[in-house]
Amino acid sequence: MSSPPTAPPTPPQTSSGGEPPSRPGPFRAGAALLRNTWRGLTSMRTALVLLFLLAVAALPGALFPQRSLNAFLVDDFYADYPAAAPIVEALGGFEVFASPWFAAIYLLLMISLVGCVLPRSREYWRGMRQPPVAIPRNLSRLPHHASGASVEAPEAVLGRARTLLRGWRTVERSEADGSRTVSAEKGYLRETGNLVFHLSLIGILLGLAGGKMYGYEGDVIIRADGTEFCNSSVLGYDTFRAGLRVDGTDLNQFCVRVDRFNGSWLPNGQPATFGADVAYQTGEDLRNGRTSWRPTDISINQPLRTDGDRIYLTGYGYAPEFTVTWPDGQSRTGEIQWRPVDLSGTQLSEGATKFERPGVTDPEARRTTQLAVTGTFAPTGAIDQQGRLASVHPDLRAPTADVNVLLGDLGIDDGRGQSIFAVDQQKIDDGELRSVAQDRLGIGDTVRLPDGTVVRFDGVTPWVNLQVGYDPGQVWVLVFSMLMVGGLSLSLLIKRRRFWVRVQATDGDATGSRVELGGLARTDRAGYGEEFDRLSAELLAPTQNKDG
Amino acid sequence: MLVDPITAMWSDRLFQATLVVLLLAMVFTSLEYASRRIARSRRTSEAPVAVGASAAEAGGATEVAVVEPSPAGLTPDGGKPGRARVDRYGRIGVSLMILAVLLHLGSIVLRGLAAYRWPLGNMYEFVSALCMLAVAAWLVLVYRHPAIRPAGVFVLTPVVLLMFLAGTVLYLDAAPVVPALQSYWIIIHVTTITLASGMLLVSGVASLLFIVKRSEKPAVLATKLPSAETLDRLAYRVTVLAFPLYTFAIIAGAAWAEAAWGRFWGWDPKEVVSFVAWVLYAAYLHARATAGWRTARAAWINTAGFATIVFNLFFINMVVAGLHSYAGV
Ligand code: HEM
Repeated sequence: MSSPPTAPPTPPQTSSGGEPPSRPGPFRAGAALLRNTWRGLTSMRTALVLLFLLAVAALPGALFPQRSLNAFLVDDFYADYPAAAPIVEALGGFEVFASPWFAAIYLLLMISLVGCVLPRSREYWRGMRQPPVAIPRNLSRLPHHASGASVEAPEAVLGRARTLLRGWRTVERSEADGSRTVSAEKGYLRETGNLVFHLSLIGILLGLAGGKMYGYEGDVIIRADGTEFCNSSVLGYDTFRAGLRVDGTDLNQFCVRVDRFNGSWLPNGQPATFGADVAYQTGEDLRNGRTSWRPTDISINQPLRTDGDRIYLTGYGYAPEFTVTWPDGQSRTGEIQWRPVDLSGTQLSEGATKFERPGVTDPEARRTTQLAVTGTFAPTGAIDQQGRLASVHPDLRAPTADVNVLLGDLGIDDGRGQSIFAVDQQKIDDGELRSVAQDRLGIGDTVRLPDGTVVRFDGVTPWVNLQVGYDPGQVWVLVFSMLMVGGLSLSLLIKRRRFWVRVQATDGDATGSRVELGGLARTDRAGYGEEFDRLSAELLAPTQNKDG
Repeated sequence: MLVDPITAMWSDRLFQATLVVLLLAMVFTSLEYASRRIARSRRTSEAPVAVGASAAEAGGATEVAVVEPSPAGLTPDGGKPGRARVDRYGRIGVSLMILAVLLHLGSIVLRGLAAYRWPLGNMYEFVSALCMLAVAAWLVLVYRHPAIRPAGVFVLTPVVLLMFLAGTVLYLDAAPVVPALQSYWIIIHVTTITLASGMLLVSGVASLLFIVKRSEKPAVLATKLPSAETLDRLAYRVTVLAFPLYTFAIIAGAAWAEAAWGRFWGWDPKEVVSFVAWVLYAAYLHARATAGWRTARAAWINTAGFATIVFNLFFINMVVAGLHSYAGV
């Protein structure tokens, strides 16, 4: 025979004596390491430890301010604990739920869970198809047992056992000595529930991840005077947070128009209801060229849902309107939102309404003629002891503005973005922007600047903050959460239990029989006793049976 | 017409009456507990065999009442009707608890009628309802497992404490709630979470007593308690009922948050701590299935779970600023 070409080359002379045994060595060791790691990872004890770690790791998320929730509180923390803050920062304490260690724990837990649950479910499927196990020889050793004599023949007792055990999975067998036995088992859904529960956890995690990847969320302030907003580009938003796979070019199309803000308050200023009358056009309306709007209203607890997006009313405020009339008779009206600064909800606001003098094109001249009406606005103004403007109610009962008019260079041409709520403090510090007039204005009041320009407080329009959210994962999270509760309830509330009957004809008596019963709950502390007692009482009940 | 002050006043009076009745119930359950010890020690001095220690260990047989001083309640010396008296104290205690639950329910219902809303809108109302449900859950358990009755004082103690806090520090006049709370979700989310928390309180107490009983320290407490087995089983059964409910309540909270706050989960402090508590209870159930963790360690985890729920209730509402903070103090 010629040597087979597929035979492995055997080069004994080229390798040193120690090598052949050592070659499978590291491989085998590696495999063993892997196998042991996997076993360790999927053991119940590891799952338990990981659960603890998860609980402990989440706690700092409640104890330290989280940047994703409120960046200002993080700044406060830095101010209050300048020494500790950088350490907390370095450990990810301000962004716990985005930190790699938190992700590591829950990912390990999920792996452990899959590794633990899948083999179990294979076993479980196998067990499902098998008949209930054979009867133990000595039933009196079981935690639940009973026995007695019956005046009925074995067949009659078995017949009653059959009716009684309806809904159980049963199998009847005969034993060598002529006894007849029934093995019954019930509560298989417990395992199903357990499996559904654990797999749903993975479903929830995937739903969450999907939402984070493909979802987005944005905020935009819109004046409640018929102003429209269209979800066509990221640029329309004041702030925008995009998922990893969202580049902002492909937002769901729709438009909203805010017609009216509806707020009502209790006499003490506590809000009673918030809402806005809005109208919207769906993406389909827009594609079909439909021009009419669909009226609806948005309120807290009741977002507008369209095209998979959700539009919430998350805040409100006021936009004072000012008209500036220059000495040459030209005038401009400005109306921009001011932002609430008083956390107690009185809607005391601050802002900056900016103007450029019309007809001035020379860059040098522009830099001396720009104008900003800044200051404080109170929907229901009152004067506190220091003579400052305060607000005593969030509703527009006595709109008052303490204005400080600034003239000079606003820095609009510098190409740097600036806040719509404030002027560039640097320009004031540099003396390029000067205060030229201050006054307290009610609606209709005016203030005259030294050069003869007149600023008039015309009125106020409410604005609302709309939050637009899109999360394609959330419906899946909901579905899997419901499955999870269902599975959990099944697995915790259903008892897996077994029941055995052994019937034997009484010696020398054609009609009597001896009945032995046994019961075993297969789950932790399943209070099976009462059910067993009931079943045995019925089976052992002397004679009052009529069926047979 | 925002609040009906007369109804609100009656609600407050019923609350006070409840507290008084609960205090009385506490007196009688303590008497029951204390007299038990005397009776028991007399008996054990006669017969130094372990009494009642493994009453329920005989397998699955339904729980057996902790062995009471023997026949007909007559102790040999002194001739005092020990057992009968212990029993009478216990029954009075239970009757008073039933009365307290009824008065309490009245107080809560009137509160809702007074403010024209679901009466779970602030911490006072929440804690009040939690206490009622804890006592009610305890009564159900006593009905099903009479052996545990003498431990009633340990449930009443935290309940009375919480009631006292509710009536003083947390108290708020009946008033409408802020817009975010005006939703049918309050009925679903807060009611289920209150019920689950009330049950978990009972379970947490049972686990604590289990730890005391097992360690036999402090001995004065331990000897008089129902058997370790009974306490452990009780804790497990109640948690097993309460945990799915708690899970559902958190999911309902998330569904509400989706409508009210613009996202279903945002790791708000309250959400974080509910998550922690949830994970701890999951760990408890796992511990019950893990060799070496089944008994004392599991009991500690269950206790930690309940401590987390209490922490969530007080610390997060009152100290940490979050979206849940409107619950009001
Ligand atoms: C987020 C992580 C997890 C949570 C929240 C969780 C929760 C639960 C809950 C509540 C139960 C109670 C059901 C019952 O007792 O039958 C349970 C049971 C179970 N879990 Fe998990 N689990 C998690 C991860 C895991 C992992 C990683 C494993 C495997 C290593 C695992 C294995 C099991 C097993 C075997 C049971 C059945 C226990 C029994 O026989 O009663 N679980 N789980």
